[in-house]
Amino acid sequence: MMMRCKSSGNHLWVQLRFFCNKSSYPLHICIVGSGPAGFYTADKLMKRFGQAKVNMLERLPTPFGLVRSGVAPDHPETKVVVNQFSRVAASDRFSLIGNVSLGKDVSVEDLRKLYHVVVFAYGAESDRELGIKGEDLKGVHSAREFVWWYNGHPDGLKLTLDLERTDTAVILGQGNVALDAARILLRPTEDLMQTDIAEHALAALRRSQVRKVFLVGRRGPVQAACTAKELREILGIKGLNVFVQEADLVTSPADMEEMKLNRSHKRVYELFTKAAMKSLSESVGNEKELHFVFFRAPSAILPCDDKVHVGGVSLEKTTLQGMMDAGQIINGQQLAVGTGVFEELACGLVLKSIGYKSKLVAGLPFDLKKGVIPNFQGRVLNDEAQNSKYEKGLYVVGWLKRGPTGIIGTNMICAEEVVESIAQDLEQGLLTSFLDVPGYFGLLELLQDKAIQFLSFDDWQKINQEEIRRGELKGKIREKIVRTEEQLEVARKVRV
Amino acid sequence: MQHIWGKGVLLHSSNLQTLFRIKRQMRKKRWITVTFVDKDGDEKIIKVPIGMSMLEAAHKNDVELEGACEGSLACSTCHVIVMDDDYYEKLPEPIDEENDMLDLAFGLTETSRLGCQVIAKPELDGIRLALPAATRNFAVDGHVPKPH
Repeated sequence: MMMRCKSSGNHLWVQLRFFCNKSSYPLHICIVGSGPAGFYTADKLMKRFGQAKVNMLERLPTPFGLVRSGVAPDHPETKVVVNQFSRVAASDRFSLIGNVSLGKDVSVEDLRKLYHVVVFAYGAESDRELGIKGEDLKGVHSAREFVWWYNGHPDGLKLTLDLERTDTAVILGQGNVALDAARILLRPTEDLMQTDIAEHALAALRRSQVRKVFLVGRRGPVQAACTAKELREILGIKGLNVFVQEADLVTSPADMEEMKLNRSHKRVYELFTKAAMKSLSESVGNEKELHFVFFRAPSAILPCDDKVHVGGVSLEKTTLQGMMDAGQIINGQQLAVGTGVFEELACGLVLKSIGYKSKLVAGLPFDLKKGVIPNFQGRVLNDEAQNSKYEKGLYVVGWLKRGPTGIIGTNMICAEEVVESIAQDLEQGLLTSFLDVPGYFGLLELLQDKAIQFLSFDDWQKINQEEIRRGELKGKIREKIVRTEEQLEVARKVRV
Repeated sequence: MQHIWGKGVLLHSSNLQTLFRIKRQMRKKRWITVTFVDKDGDEKIIKVPIGMSMLEAAHKNDVELEGACEGSLACSTCHVIVMDDDYYEKLPEPIDEENDMLDLAFGLTETSRLGCQVIAKPELDGIRLALPAATRNFAVDGHVPKPH
């Protein structure tokens, strides 16, 4: 508690500022991660608390998370949301702290001392594992890495991708990421020439021998995780023959129930039906093929003769059960169960697209099974049973909170929930808002002591302008600068 | 210069022209009245010129309706709920691309539309649009996997 004494004339003014719960310093908030979850949270926090100051940590020199490195190059409309995020970043109560990594440059403990509130929004940068033999063969990659590779993410450069040794790729999974991967592999490269696809990827795709892609799902067309927009798009690609087996379209009462409950699944199923009719009637003159393979679970990835590279995938036929019993719904969804019948699909490239997973960070609890930070409505839960159920001042938003599902806009709703939790906690005096924490200047000092140079949002704008300029020379909307060293060079070139 | 006495007011010819123009506009119904109802039930009544989308009108009037993709049918953040069935019926059917986005809208209802696709026309005068409420609905182990 601090007291301020002012004398004015004959009066002695004593200010007892910090007894009242509601009386507090303007909130200093740190958000870790600059993707949609982070930005929607920053936006709503600054609207809710008119004095709050938000600092946003990002480990890369460039912001926007998966909007930059996940959304496919041929989906530019989906990236328009960065305009909104840039408006948030333009606020004088907001500072981007780019090129600073949680865990490496600053710790969770550091942030807790510097800020009243810390919100973790660093998403999911790892993969669910198949847990089958052969996963480590050459030519087996995660779709997440493939996406990073064609989107010019600095970490995507690590990928040793060979698109020339085979004409057939198998993608395990049928979500939108799987469809993106298939589409980028099969789209005529002329379609990609003016997009922001990474130069090295465009060059590799031009030389690619891949002509056939199989999208393999454990369950049926009613359960496929992709959505109508993406499916409609891939069915309309010129020069691409899409195959859907009529036999896979047979529906059960449980399927009908699922479609009744979920209109997205119903409309996706209808598109698959259309596709099956089309693949019967279409002339086989097209060069490239996309096959939707349903009711097949991968049991092993098989080597080719050299025992080093992938040669094929062993698939077990599945059947669906578990949702209904005697006409009653007993479970939310049907599960795929193996039938003991196996078949092999030959290929020279496998992409695993079965889900992203978050990484754990020292100092934070982590649910290894679900792959998220355990939380309740965004409040981080305590690891061990302590006085409080929650970790004071710590929150989580986005994929790190909910798991890696939903679209960009889902984070808007998620952020609302977390901001509401923060507001409630502030109201109930559960935050350290009575402390004058160092915030931005404290972080600056810490970074200076460690000789870490961070990038501001203005620095990003320099990289942004340079990418657009380089793109103009090639007729592309932007030419991404992929290596972090080069990004840092560009950002530091014109320092006012 | 012509002088006419109209309703007890001396009308100069140029004033006359202005009066007739206003009367013409009101007959032509150049704008409609729209009510936005936010998630707390608070109402905001605004005037929307014919031909403007509800999203644009919301932004011009500080109604908190997000438009992440700025009207290019690549998101569902401008989702609005038409509160009265008879107004919903007056809207043209959504095209496939709008329905694709509505599939993914949070809190979808039978009378949901995207605000960027609802264009003001005279028959929509008096329409009421609700902004979907955020609910505590994010169980990680919820059984319906959401696509991304």
